[in-house]
Amino acid sequence: MAYHRYDAVIVGAGGAGLMAAIQMAGKANIAVVSKLYPTRSHTGAAQGGISAALGNVEEDHWQWHMFDTVKGGDYLVDQDAAEVLTREAIDAVLELEHMGLPFNRTPDGRLDQRRFGGHTRNFGEGPVKRACYAADRTGHMILQTLYQQGIKHNVNFLDEFHVLDLLVSDDGHACGVVALELKTGEIHTIHAKTVLWATGGFGRIFSVTSNAMAGTGDGFSIPFRRGVPLMDMEFYQFHPTGIYKFGILLSEAARGEGGILRNGLGEAFAERYAPTLKDLAPRDMVSRFIYQEIKEGRGVDGKDYVYLDLTHLPGDVIDRQLPDITDFARTYLGIEPKTDLMPIQPTAHYAMGGIPTDLNGQVLRDASATTIPGLYSAGENACVSVHGANRLGTNSLVDLVVFGRRAGRHMLDYIRSNDLPPLPVDPEFVARAEVSDVLSRPKTERVAALRHELQVLMMDKASVVRNVEGLTEAKQGVAQIRSRYAHAGIDDHGLTFNTDLTEALELGAMLDCSEALVEGALARQESRGAHYRTDFPDRDDENWLKHTMVRKTSGGLELTKKSVSITEFQPKERKY
Amino acid sequence: MDYTFRIKRYNPDVDVKPHFEEYAIGLEPTDRVLDGLNEIKWQLDGTLTYRRSCAHGVCGSDAMRINGRNYLACKTLMKEFGHKITIEPMIGFTVIKDLVVDMDPFFAGYKAVKPYLIAGDAPASAERRQTPEQLDRFEEATKCILCASCTTACPITWTNESFLGPAAIVNAARFIYDSRDEGAAERLRILNTQSGVWRCRTVFNCTEACPRDIKVTNIIEDVKRTLLLEQL
Repeated sequence: MAYHRYDAVIVGAGGAGLMAAIQMAGKANIAVVSKLYPTRSHTGAAQGGISAALGNVEEDHWQWHMFDTVKGGDYLVDQDAAEVLTREAIDAVLELEHMGLPFNRTPDGRLDQRRFGGHTRNFGEGPVKRACYAADRTGHMILQTLYQQGIKHNVNFLDEFHVLDLLVSDDGHACGVVALELKTGEIHTIHAKTVLWATGGFGRIFSVTSNAMAGTGDGFSIPFRRGVPLMDMEFYQFHPTGIYKFGILLSEAARGEGGILRNGLGEAFAERYAPTLKDLAPRDMVSRFIYQEIKEGRGVDGKDYVYLDLTHLPGDVIDRQLPDITDFARTYLGIEPKTDLMPIQPTAHYAMGGIPTDLNGQVLRDASATTIPGLYSAGENACVSVHGANRLGTNSLVDLVVFGRRAGRHMLDYIRSNDLPPLPVDPEFVARAEVSDVLSRPKTERVAALRHELQVLMMDKASVVRNVEGLTEAKQGVAQIRSRYAHAGIDDHGLTFNTDLTEALELGAMLDCSEALVEGALARQESRGAHYRTDFPDRDDENWLKHTMVRKTSGGLELTKKSVSITEFQPKERKY
Repeated sequence: MDYTFRIKRYNPDVDVKPHFEEYAIGLEPTDRVLDGLNEIKWQLDGTLTYRRSCAHGVCGSDAMRINGRNYLACKTLMKEFGHKITIEPMIGFTVIKDLVVDMDPFFAGYKAVKPYLIAGDAPASAERRQTPEQLDRFEEATKCILCASCTTACPITWTNESFLGPAAIVNAARFIYDSRDEGAAERLRILNTQSGVWRCRTVFNCTEACPRDIKVTNIIEDVKRTLLLEQL
């Protein structure tokens, strides 16, 4: 048994994990564990920008940003958290600049800002330039910059360690994780005073997704199996503009710079649905606009896609502001965005829900505000909740910087005032049992085939538009795939870099995420943000201005409601 | 369409030395090479091992040698090749298994050039100023995704373990020419050695290999010129 002892172990080396690590580096003994090399983390795929009400280009105030965040989230956002997010965004973006992030600049050398969906001036009057950016690779630059700071501060990285289990002491303190070292196949116990879950999302449960192949929800599933609740899992964002069939993201910045969505008839259809913000309405709405156009036969050639049109933009705007996404169009579609329309469809993009936390990233045990000592979460993995029922573009990067930082600072305080909890007896028991189960299964099913079935099922029955029939089918389908998963053996039984094994383990996590999502979606009999039910098309504040919490119990999943923090903005009808 | 993948396999648990295996699969010409590898792993042989994550050319996981040249498997479509393609791990690093190589020496080279901003105190509640022209001076180098395509395409790195390699030099240049940075002298000292820029023989393999279209050789030449002129 390989044993390590740290003050803090951070699971996930994306923006949230690295930001937390930097707070503690040099002040505590920490390890950042990732199943990838840190620079491969999915933060690096974020494109368009990170918002902060700097007001560098035009008047702006964090209160406007807060309002947009609350309204964008269809009033399910916890407003105390949205206030923290938008106030601290300003300082957080400046901190990134101070760390060396190469932001685009105004002619006088300040951070430039551009428009993004749902971000408005003066509480909804019209679009505002709020998103700071580094071309269309803002996430790449955040990830690189934070990793560079990690190197500078001698952060200890355990690269390519696949985490298998969360350790909790007998008296209920988080006390570490168990992980599989890919290179050797060795199982490690990583004993620590605190654990931060920051593993990103689970977009891979859908057949069309912008998410990396690593986005399998391990960091949702592992704590969930240990009794930690998941909150608002039914709210899953579909980004309107994924490359047709590939799902590869084409940033909202394309529309921020003036790009227009067109249906098969060539019509700019967004203005029919959202007269003020048009193509820059929030993502949940624009994805539904596209769905509606396709349903009414106005997709391109009657198919299930529409166009993103950049052909009217000046060539130098495309080259300077949108170089990466236009490169994607050239590479994967073989088309020239300066002259050709780009075929797009909504793509599974972001989990608004996740591990419930307080404002310091401490994980909540249940609907009361009690926390689980030593256990933290941040970024997409967590649900604070700053995104409510629908996240605004750029706010994911704000979230991981602001709340990654807050979690790291709080963990440092926690480390200083708490002792290392004792490990439970036989700490690797669960992890070893899971691995040997996968290795000893008969091979009557194939992991890849089951995964594909799950992805198609979730896409068909639990994506942009839902109803009770489809969700019931999804629930039964997921249960059926889970029972077959028990017979999904693998080819590779070796120790060295066994990705056949880790893919099988990842499917187990994806099943947990799917189950929790469907449970929430079935329960929530209303339409709000990204959760749209044809059988309950209206928002129902009386019954459902509530978060949902799903928990695994011995008797199956248990769903409870949690109240929403409303401080400044009373719920109103959401129009753009 | 039918394609044959000829893949160099090596599993240290069972193999004494590497060998090639062939797989016949059906793919569209517009599919990625990575789609082909996935097809093989998921349908034919689960033991096939390679790194991958984003699948669209931004995370840098799946650099490998395809028909004798470095590519990202996820950023290269089948139509670029004939019906038979040969895939091997990148050259110059120890193979862990199949297409997975030990990246630790690569990241060690990266870390050696102090790849982080070195600067004094920043202004309180404000950004450090930098004009668009000043950003232009180094922006190209910021596109690097640390995939090691350039470094493992360089014949010098194949034979000389101490050479920092093109990617490390690009990432040094990213800071050397950043108007906010004050560490240029330190980094130039590191690059002004036998394991630094002077090992480069200007073969241009690195530029050809870069999936991000960074003109790597030009950047290395830029650093050499700076050293020769001792000016920034």
